[in-house]
Amino acid sequence: MSRVLVGVKRVIDYAVKIRVKPDHSGVVTDGVKHSMNPFCEIAVEEAVKLKEKKFIKEVVAVSCGPTQVTETIRTALAMGCDRGIHVEVSGKDYEAMGPLQISKIFAALAKKEEASLVILGKQAIDDDCNQTGQMTAALLDWPQGTFASEVTIDGEKVKVVREIDGGLETIKISMPAVLTADLRLNTPRYATLPNIMKAKKKKIANMKPADLGVDEPPTRLAGVKVETVDDLVAKLKANGTI
Amino acid sequence: DVVFAQKVHLNRICSILLVSQRFQSTLVVAEHNNDKLTPIMLSAITAAKKLGGDVSCLVAGTDCATVAQEVSKVLGVKTVLIAQNDAYKGSLTEELTPLILATQKQFNFTHICAGASAFGKVRVSAKLDVAPISDIIEIKSPDTFVRTIYARNALSTVKCNDNVKVFTVRGTSFEPTEVDGGSLFISVAASASAVMSEWLEATLTKSDCPELTSAKVVVSGGRGLKNGENFKLLYDLADKINAAGKWLLWMLDMMQVGQTGKIVAPELYIAVGISGAIQHLSGMKTIVAINKDPEAPIFQVVD
Repeated sequence: MSRVLVGVKRVIDYAVKIRVKPDHSGVVTDGVKHSMNPFCEIAVEEAVKLKEKKFIKEVVAVSCGPTQVTETIRTALAMGCDRGIHVEVSGKDYEAMGPLQISKIFAALAKKEEASLVILGKQAIDDDCNQTGQMTAALLDWPQGTFASEVTIDGEKVKVVREIDGGLETIKISMPAVLTADLRLNTPRYATLPNIMKAKKKKIANMKPADLGVDEPPTRLAGVKVETVDDLVAKLKANGTI
Repeated sequence: DVVFAQKVHLNRICSILLVSQRFQSTLVVAEHNNDKLTPIMLSAITAAKKLGGDVSCLVAGTDCATVAQEVSKVLGVKTVLIAQNDAYKGSLTEELTPLILATQKQFNFTHICAGASAFGKVRVSAKLDVAPISDIIEIKSPDTFVRTIYARNALSTVKCNDNVKVFTVRGTSFEPTEVDGGSLFISVAASASAVMSEWLEATLTKSDCPELTSAKVVVSGGRGLKNGENFKLLYDLADKINAAGKWLLWMLDMMQVGQTGKIVAPELYIAVGISGAIQHLSGMKTIVAINKDPEAPIFQVVD
C-alpha cells in the first residue's frame, strides 16, 4: 500500500540566462529551454531509491501546469516513477498560480492517493519560494522534514537529517509526512535510453484542480513587477555604493 | 452641489475611520537556542518596524527567560510574548504552528514575520489560508514587498491583499536593530503538543569564525584550486588579511553558495579559481577574483 507522491516542476533550465519582458510583467519563457527543477530531480531520485530498497511500493510523479509539463512527468517516469498525474492548469490561471494553490492540490492528491510520503524539492529555482512543502504539510496536518540531506525509514517513522544554518539537525517524524529535498540528499540518476522507452508506456492521468475540490481562480498576489539585478548593480555602481 | 460635496467628504471620513480601526501590528516569531537570539532576528525586527505599527515578538521554547530578556531590550519591540513548554524543544514547526495560530487569534496581528532560514514559519501561512512572501529584501509599503527570483537574477515586487500578511525576511537586506529599550512581557498559553515530530539532535559546525551570512570578508575557493593542498594557500591569504569576521569556504559545488545556498553579502569577497556565474555574486560589495582563465565570467563583475 505504501505509496509516495513526488512533485515535479517544469522550470526554465538553470543554465539559461533569464530575460525580463520589456513591460516588466514577468520573465520571457517562450522559446526558452525548460527542464525539471533540480531539487525535484533530487526528490524523484530519493523516492525511486526508497522503492528500490523496498520501503515503498509505488512512486507517483505529479505536476501542475499546462500540457508541456507532461514532458517533465515523463522524465520522472524515465527515472523510475511508476505512474504520473498531470493536474491541468493553463493560461492566466497558471501564471497566477502560487505555492498556496499547489499545496492545496498536493494535499488533496495525497489524501486521494493515500500516500505515506510526499516528497518535494525544497524550492523551485524560478520563484525561489521555499513554501510548497511546508504548506502542504500544514494543510494535511502532517509532520514535515524540510531541507532533508539524509532520509532513513525506521518502521512507521522517518529519521531526517536537516540542513540548517550553522550545521545539521536530526529529527524523527511519524508517517505520513512531507519531506523536501536539499542539495546533498542524493545525486539524481540520468534516465537511460531503455528507461526512457519504458516510460512512454507508463500512464499519466489527467485531471483539473476542481476535480480535487481546489477552487479556481486562485487568489493571487497582485501587481507583480520584475526588474533585473543588473539594473540594480548598475545603479549602485553609478552612485558609488559599489 | 454643496450638499453633494459634503456627503462625499463624510463618506471619506467614514472609510478612513474604518481602516484605522485595525491598527497595524506585527508579530515577529523569534528564532533562538534558549540562550540568545540568532543574528537574523535583529534584521527581522528592523523589517517589522519598517511596517510602521506595533512590534511584538513571540519567544517560544523550553526555557525562555534569557532570550525574552534579550528581546525586551531590542529597540522598538513593544511586547514580548512568552510561551514556555517542553513541547517546544528544538523549535519544531509542528509544535510552534498551533501556538502562532492561537496567538494570532488572540491578538489579531496584521503582519506575521520571521527571519528567512531553515526555521522559517511558512507552515502557519497555509493554516491561515494566505500566500506567504518568502525572503523579502525590501518593504515598499505595508502591503508591498520586494523579493528576488531566479537565483537573485531578477527582482519581483509583490502586492499582498490578504488581511494578514505572512513573510520571511532576508537577514542581509535589513540592518540589525539596536539593543537598549524595554518592553512589556505577556505570557501566552502554550498549546498541547502535536506529538508527530521528535527533535533528536543538532550538530553545529564548530568554528572560531562567526556566521557565514554575516561575515565581513569571505574568501572562497572553487574547482580551479583542484586539490586540498592549494586550499592551504587560501588559509594563508585569509590569515594575512586578518579581517574581523573572516570565513573560509570549501566550495565543491557552486550551488551551495550561489544559486540557492547561503546568501552572503560581505564587504569584501575574494574568489579564487571560481568562474563566477552571476547567481553567485549579487549582494557583494567589493569583489576580487584570482583565476588563470582571463575569459572567466567573474571578471566581468569584479572591481
